Amino acid sequence: MTVHTAHPPGFAHQFEDMEQQREAGSLGMWVFLLTEIMFFGGLFASYIIYRALYLPAFEIGSHLLEVKFGALNTAVLILSSLTMALAIHSAQVGKRRAQVGFLIATMILGAAFLAIKFTFEWHHDYVEHLVPGFGFIIRPEWGAAGQHVPMFFCFYFFMTGLHAMHMIIGIGLLTVLTVMAHRGRFTPEYYAPLEVSGLYWHFVDIIWIFLFPLLYLIGGRYIGGGH
Amino acid sequence: MSTATIDVHEAPAGSHVNYLNARYGVKSWLLTTDHKRIALLYLVSITLMFFVGGTFAVLMRLHLIEPQGALVQPETYNKLFTMHGVIMVFFFLVPSIPATLGNFLVPMMIGARDLAFPRLNLLSWYIYVIGAIFTLYAVISGGVDTGWTFYTPYSSSFAHTQVIPTAIGVFITGFSSILTGLNFVVTIHKMRAPGLTWFRLPLFIWAIYATSIIFILGTPVIAITLFLLGLERLLHIGIFDPAIGGDPILFQHLFWFYSHPAVYIMILPGMGVMSELVTCFSRKRIFGYSFVAFSSLSIAIISFLVWGHHMFVTGQSIYAGLIFSVLSFMVAIPSAVKVFNWTATLYKGSISYDAPMLYALGFIGLFTMGGLTGLFLASLATDVHLNGTYFIVAHFHYIMVGGAVMAYLGGIHFWWPKITGRLYPDGWARFAALVIFVGFNLTFFPQFMLGYLGMPRRYAVYPSEFQVLNVMSSAGASILGIGYLIPLIYLTWSMRYGPAAGPNPWGAKGLEWTTPSPPPTENFEEIPVVTEEAYDYANTTVTRG
Repeated sequence: MTVHTAHPPGFAHQFEDMEQQREAGSLGMWVFLLTEIMFFGGLFASYIIYRALYLPAFEIGSHLLEVKFGALNTAVLILSSLTMALAIHSAQVGKRRAQVGFLIATMILGAAFLAIKFTFEWHHDYVEHLVPGFGFIIRPEWGAAGQHVPMFFCFYFFMTGLHAMHMIIGIGLLTVLTVMAHRGRFTPEYYAPLEVSGLYWHFVDIIWIFLFPLLYLIGGRYIGGGH
Repeated sequence: MSTATIDVHEAPAGSHVNYLNARYGVKSWLLTTDHKRIALLYLVSITLMFFVGGTFAVLMRLHLIEPQGALVQPETYNKLFTMHGVIMVFFFLVPSIPATLGNFLVPMMIGARDLAFPRLNLLSWYIYVIGAIFTLYAVISGGVDTGWTFYTPYSSSFAHTQVIPTAIGVFITGFSSILTGLNFVVTIHKMRAPGLTWFRLPLFIWAIYATSIIFILGTPVIAITLFLLGLERLLHIGIFDPAIGGDPILFQHLFWFYSHPAVYIMILPGMGVMSELVTCFSRKRIFGYSFVAFSSLSIAIISFLVWGHHMFVTGQSIYAGLIFSVLSFMVAIPSAVKVFNWTATLYKGSISYDAPMLYALGFIGLFTMGGLTGLFLASLATDVHLNGTYFIVAHFHYIMVGGAVMAYLGGIHFWWPKITGRLYPDGWARFAALVIFVGFNLTFFPQFMLGYLGMPRRYAVYPSEFQVLNVMSSAGASILGIGYLIPLIYLTWSMRYGPAAGPNPWGAKGLEWTTPSPPPTENFEEIPVVTEEAYDYANTTVTRG
């Protein structure tokens, strides 16, 4: 049995050295993100197919969303990616307090995203009878396209809901990381959990970067006066 | 494991500290992170699921002895074939070789102490068990009758059976596959012993690597599909419902995007086992190593491009059908490369017919038949005639049972001395291999004929002119069932009473055979350095012992 004298903190027995462990962790997360891409990919592909089939209905649906909240949330998420990157940077240069501060900032921004999503957007949709399965009302002014508008909202809630679920998991991860960072577990030599969770956080942001234009922007809203 | 057993070999099992006797107690198993112990946890749970699924098959075959059905109501029959399919596909075949033999062997074959993420590995097993519990709950609480394919809108709107618990079970178990695949990919990339280059890897590792790619890229798609199906059934909203413009065919596209590659999840690891068995028992290096290695990868890649051949008659455009047909024919090329290369390896080899080799030879014949009949189904015109008949049932059972299960049993028999440190009675093992081969052919060959004559699958009754062939098939199924029980008995027996195995009872090459049997918890005293090609039987003499 190979004897490892003086284990570095966080070193797992199955690896040869710290470098191998770090590379394995990072590759593991990239592979996991591949899985995630395929997970969302099924939904994205279906969305695009139906959008091509029922374009007028999807345009009506898209125009019923509030772009200003979507745009605000996009800004909030991009900012949270920045604070996440800064938290990792603080770990690399060994600044513990900055690490904790940036992690908390990332969590707050994530929570703000969810708050805006749930209170201003989803709740508003509910009041307006735009939630399929919960009293959706097809409005007469939509005309013939109206019967397919619920389809758009199904996708809207599935996709943003799945994304919100990933955000909630991310905030859970960040809570653990903040406690670990507070206890000084991360050093310039060992900050792999932070780095790997950062990859996840950025990935969830990128999903939103695709969702925002797909759901809110495309569909002729700004071309020739839109509707 | 008892150390008091009288041992006949000089190196008795249990005399050294190994992964089995290092710690005792239920907790040491349920909280283990040792890949070898997790492999055994999987072995026990999938064996249980195999016999549950097998029981359904036996009941179906008994029912079909008479044209009007001998045993159950048609509704029950629908549930039997559905639950047989769901359990066998998702809870036995998909995890069978990767989660048991793969878990045990991947670190040992590449000279590592464990997988890259041992705790994640244990989590995979727990996820599998939770998924299995949901599905077994569905079985007990009334069953499910949609067919294992869960086609909408029947599954989403019309079925009155336990679709949701079954779908949740399959959904959850999918994550077990994903995490196992992730663990293998990272381990194979990052943890190979010094000198073990990609082209010195045992071909089993290449096959597991290709399988893992499908796990990672395919499984999430069925997860999201079943998620959507569940929402649609629960909330009556969704994207497959024709009432709001949804397309049930989209469900089939998404379903087969995973489930066709899943066929290769089931057969690729078996092909990996085959390469190990054929080389060891013909004492030769594999013929065309790199062709066999790359054929695994190309099967994995092409498998993602052929799903449409399940939908030739479901309203897919004829041009899509043409392309899917051509692509499906392309999968035959790497598959044939493998069969030819195993055969060429046998040529002028010094062949011995131990039990694992009997399974391997059975595999070559049965897989070839299953593969060639696949081409009948990949051809548009013949598929119109054969689609939805027993021909399909026979075809995929030749691949799944004649291929995957034969390879699985061959692998279990090959590595059993390494896993348990015990030898099993060889005579019984050869006898069982023969019984399984005979029982299998008697069960499924008549089904090719039934299908060609036009008997549709999934029916509880049939015209009386099909009775002779159906009775033959049912007789075969009972022989096959007994064939599967025999290894269960003598392998269990051997765990306690079998003579102790030496480190290398077959005289095989490969790092796993350089360790004592059973191996110590950390596998290797010292991480080995590899200096030779895989299967170098020609230049070094390995003795059995």
